[in-house]
Amino acid sequence: METNYEFFVDQSRCIGCQACVQACGECGTHRGTPMIHLEFVDRSASVQTAPVVCMHCEDPTCAKVCPADAIKQDDNGVVMSAAKPRCVACSNCVMACPFGVPKMKVEFELMMKCDMCYDRTSVGKKPMCATVCPSGALYYGPREYIEKHRTEQPINEFDFGGQKVKTKVNLMTAPEVKSFPFDVADFLPWEAQERDPLSLARAGVPDAADNAIWNEDVIAHPESEGTPV
Amino acid sequence: MNKNAVTAGLASASLIASSILLGSRGLRHFDPALTTYALGSILAAFAVGYRFHLWYQRPPSRTYFVRAFQILVGRLPATYESSDRLTDAQSNQSLKQEVETKSPSRSSGVTGVATLGRAVSSKVVAQGFIRRRSLYRWIMHLCLSGGSTLAFAITFPLVFGWVHFTTSPDDAELYRAHLFGFQVDQFSVHGLKAAIIFNLLNVSAVIVMVGLIMAAFRRATDAGEKAVQTFAEDILPLILILAVTATGLMLTVSYKFLSGHGHGFMAFVHMLSVLALLIYIPFGKLFHMFQRLVALCVSLYQKQGGTGAQARCRCCNRPFASRMHVDDLKTVLEQLGFNYQFRTQKGSVHYQEICPRCRRKMFAVNQGRLLGR
Repeated sequence: METNYEFFVDQSRCIGCQACVQACGECGTHRGTPMIHLEFVDRSASVQTAPVVCMHCEDPTCAKVCPADAIKQDDNGVVMSAAKPRCVACSNCVMACPFGVPKMKVEFELMMKCDMCYDRTSVGKKPMCATVCPSGALYYGPREYIEKHRTEQPINEFDFGGQKVKTKVNLMTAPEVKSFPFDVADFLPWEAQERDPLSLARAGVPDAADNAIWNEDVIAHPESEGTPV
Repeated sequence: MNKNAVTAGLASASLIASSILLGSRGLRHFDPALTTYALGSILAAFAVGYRFHLWYQRPPSRTYFVRAFQILVGRLPATYESSDRLTDAQSNQSLKQEVETKSPSRSSGVTGVATLGRAVSSKVVAQGFIRRRSLYRWIMHLCLSGGSTLAFAITFPLVFGWVHFTTSPDDAELYRAHLFGFQVDQFSVHGLKAAIIFNLLNVSAVIVMVGLIMAAFRRATDAGEKAVQTFAEDILPLILILAVTATGLMLTVSYKFLSGHGHGFMAFVHMLSVLALLIYIPFGKLFHMFQRLVALCVSLYQKQGGTGAQARCRCCNRPFASRMHVDDLKTVLEQLGFNYQFRTQKGSVHYQEICPRCRRKMFAVNQGRLLGR
């Protein structure tokens, strides 16, 4: 069933409530096993969390590197989870996905990944995660709604070094950004650079979390780094 | 049309045709009534060879076959024969990810063969991975694959003229079994052995039928499967197997209980359904019986990778995959036309050198930075 609904992800709105993880496990196509990733970016120093769903690439790298033709794409561009009879559990897809999405269930010898709740979206319903997300980090609906109610701009093009990746799922970013410039240089501990590469994670969630920091110094001098919340 | 694939198909078809000629001793023991089945088998052999080659020559598939061969014959590049035994001190001193060769790997051709043997028994015969996924599916699949394998093991030798039966010149109630033209057994047509041999194909059909009923029930009731299944990929193979099985059983019913009524028509339908199934195998879901060969290669590959050099993430410095796997994927991606190479002012990084978890984290931090959060 076709709708004009699209998936929009804004990881910066995530509050780490795990509702998406619980809901994902209810999906009929992978019942009992959540496929969404909820990452703590730098747990010792930051509360920043990041939900990662499959972005459903137009030319999916995971499917191309599969040696057993196990990953198929439907007519609407949804990249399916590995076909059970074909998957040989080689982990090529896990390693090659630019967004780090596929999960290898070692005991099942089967790759499983977000299929945008195919049992639901194929009949016009919303994916489980987007249904329960309280902060709008995961939104599934008409593009007009997003454009009207958000200051961020949805994009679906990503630059991974020399590789441009176009996706079905949109990422919310700054209005001036047309193609998401994925940067790795700042995050790698190059020679003679000792800092933790992920220390660029923000210390607190904006808005609500920032206001929750009960530190007079930080409130008085917001440009200084606050105590991790 | 791919010339190499056509050559592979012709080679495969020639192999079957030659085996028919040789096995039936120059067609002396070939049953002309089974000619259509034999021609269908040769055609299917061509299609399987053609399709197999198309699949095999894709970079990711070929990589596993080549590596498995190298492991089996002990010709793996020395870089991957080593163990990653970086000490903590070494790890702290440097975050470099190239792992030096430390010691010879335990893996050799002999252990490779042992690994392959274990993989065949656990993945092909016992199919333990399906049991772990679902007991119901395991029983269903064992019935389908076991019953079909038994049926093929009986029918192909008969169709190819490798096996044939004659009656004893002295006693018409004595059957003689011949393999490749040589007598291998003799038994009474009234004995238990005869009852088993004559009904083995019916037994296989009943086993397959149990699997089919279980598969049909699952396809009709499992909400997840119903959402993702397609007619060509999931339903058609069941219909084809059902057609072969049901018409095969009906042949027995016809001559046992209906005095041969409708036998000719049923034999014709059975032949058509068998031909349709044989032609479907290379181009549909059932081709996984050949594609799963790569699972055996993956077993060898992962066993070797586990004992060999490990790659460390350029971001978190944790080992996350075998060095061989990371290097091979870089090659495969390049062959497929992907370019995940980052060229920065500080140096060059291939995205494969960053573990999936760090990719997800970087994704979030990058997004936050662009939004000023």
